[in-house]
Amino acid sequence: MEAFNNNFLEFFFILTGLLMAHTGVNVLLDPKHPTRLQTAVFWFLLAATFSIGRFIPPFVSGVMVVGMGILTLFNQVKIGPINQVSEEKAEERSKRLGNKIFIPVVSLASIAIIIAQFTPLGGQVGIGVAAVLSVLIAMFITKSDGKVALHEGDRMVRQVGTVGILPQLLAALGVIFTAAGVGDVIAGMISTVVPEGNQLIGVIAYVLGMVVFTMIMGNAFAAFTVITAGIGVPFVIAQGADPVIAGTLAMTAGYCGTLMTPMAANFNALPVALLEMKNPNGVIKEQLPYALLMIIVHIALMYFWAF
Amino acid sequence: MEYIKLVGILIILLGFIFKIDTIAVVILAGLATALVSGLSLFEFLTLLGEAFVSNRLVTLFFLTLPMIGLSERSGLRQQATRLIEGIKGLTTGRFLSLYMFIRELAGFFSIRIQGHTQFVRPLIEPMAQASAESKFGEEDEGTQEKIKARSAAMENLGNFFAQNTFVAASGVLLIAGTLKSLGYDVSAVNIAQASLPIAFIALIIVIVSNILFDKKLRGNSKTTSGKEGEK
Repeated sequence: MEAFNNNFLEFFFILTGLLMAHTGVNVLLDPKHPTRLQTAVFWFLLAATFSIGRFIPPFVSGVMVVGMGILTLFNQVKIGPINQVSEEKAEERSKRLGNKIFIPVVSLASIAIIIAQFTPLGGQVGIGVAAVLSVLIAMFITKSDGKVALHEGDRMVRQVGTVGILPQLLAALGVIFTAAGVGDVIAGMISTVVPEGNQLIGVIAYVLGMVVFTMIMGNAFAAFTVITAGIGVPFVIAQGADPVIAGTLAMTAGYCGTLMTPMAANFNALPVALLEMKNPNGVIKEQLPYALLMIIVHIALMYFWAF
Repeated sequence: MEYIKLVGILIILLGFIFKIDTIAVVILAGLATALVSGLSLFEFLTLLGEAFVSNRLVTLFFLTLPMIGLSERSGLRQQATRLIEGIKGLTTGRFLSLYMFIRELAGFFSIRIQGHTQFVRPLIEPMAQASAESKFGEEDEGTQEKIKARSAAMENLGNFFAQNTFVAASGVLLIAGTLKSLGYDVSAVNIAQASLPIAFIALIIVIVSNILFDKKLRGNSKTTSGKEGEK
């Protein structure tokens, strides 16, 4: 079953790669795209790591990832002209469909959970199956053909854009940090202040580490990789905490940091501008008590629930 | 000099602070860390390729994009807007609590919305202001500013604390991927389930806080009308 699941999952990675390659082809064929060739190359490189990544030497994949980084560094990957959703048409269609429009999104989450709970396929394959089934359901409900679905997929892929691969890249960075022993160094530093073996102090260090690092970087995902390797594993998980509970709570603890930092402009500065607020830090000020309370909740929950 | 290994973290910090392209910064941080730790360039590229490919799961959510795109095209947002517009006669606090709940539900069902631009500015904040006005008359500037900040906070709180309840959320997949790289094989479904208590607790805290806020609004209006009476 394990081997079957892995092959099934590989099939979905190949499919994801084809979706990315489809965007690459569309960009390449679009004469109005400002950086046609470079953007297409980015999507083809990404598509290759997905579709054939398992079958080629890792070194080649590594070179391709660096290639993508060089393209984004020089700002060569652009959305280009895409057909935005027409407000009137969407309005008109939504009047016809009513609440049926929620069925595909609801089915995505439901199918994924059902497959994970009640079949031997597991959660990861479940996500893939649910994604494919829900797009079929969406096509049926909206009476669209595959061409429209692919077109919309292309629009969404371009809108998500290069930042979409950031979580995966951060996870990969975690592997490199671990191989280089970064976690051990941080653990060594922390252990001069935090006594190893004390579960409560370990939990506090993990939660506050996530909060502070997220505040500085403005990004909980990046903080998670570093802090989990450096503090989470040696001071919490290795002391007997459930990795699922500890890891899950650490991530949302990071979000408490996001609530308090001007570095997270998308969330805290954007609404100030949109709502024409007087105080530039008005949203952060409002969120501060919630964030502090939630930090305490996280510490308590991790301490009592994970052990 | 063990501390030199932390150069990657320093690069990430500086890169994020100075807003240099994030993907390039992350790769550079990995490269610097690998080199100071005695790996060769070839070993770094091999490790990077291997790690990137084995973490493809984190980006599996791309496969859900055609469905999301189709739903958007067919008026997902417009229908959601219509449903919220239909809510009338609630106090400001209750209305904001309801939005928080809807936002958490959207996270659970993986409905990705850019809440601030698509909902808070055009819909939630005006409706929250209108509800306060209809009950207590024109609010002073301080209260208006407070309702603005609160509307934005609802969006962030609902978004952050509920998004990981969906199995294919990128946060969930990153947790699974990172823990797997560190030697702990965990399932995305278990992570999504473990995210439920925080979503629930955040909702409770917000509801309580909004009840207090309603009370304060009522108190404000009493003192203002009281002062007017003295005149």
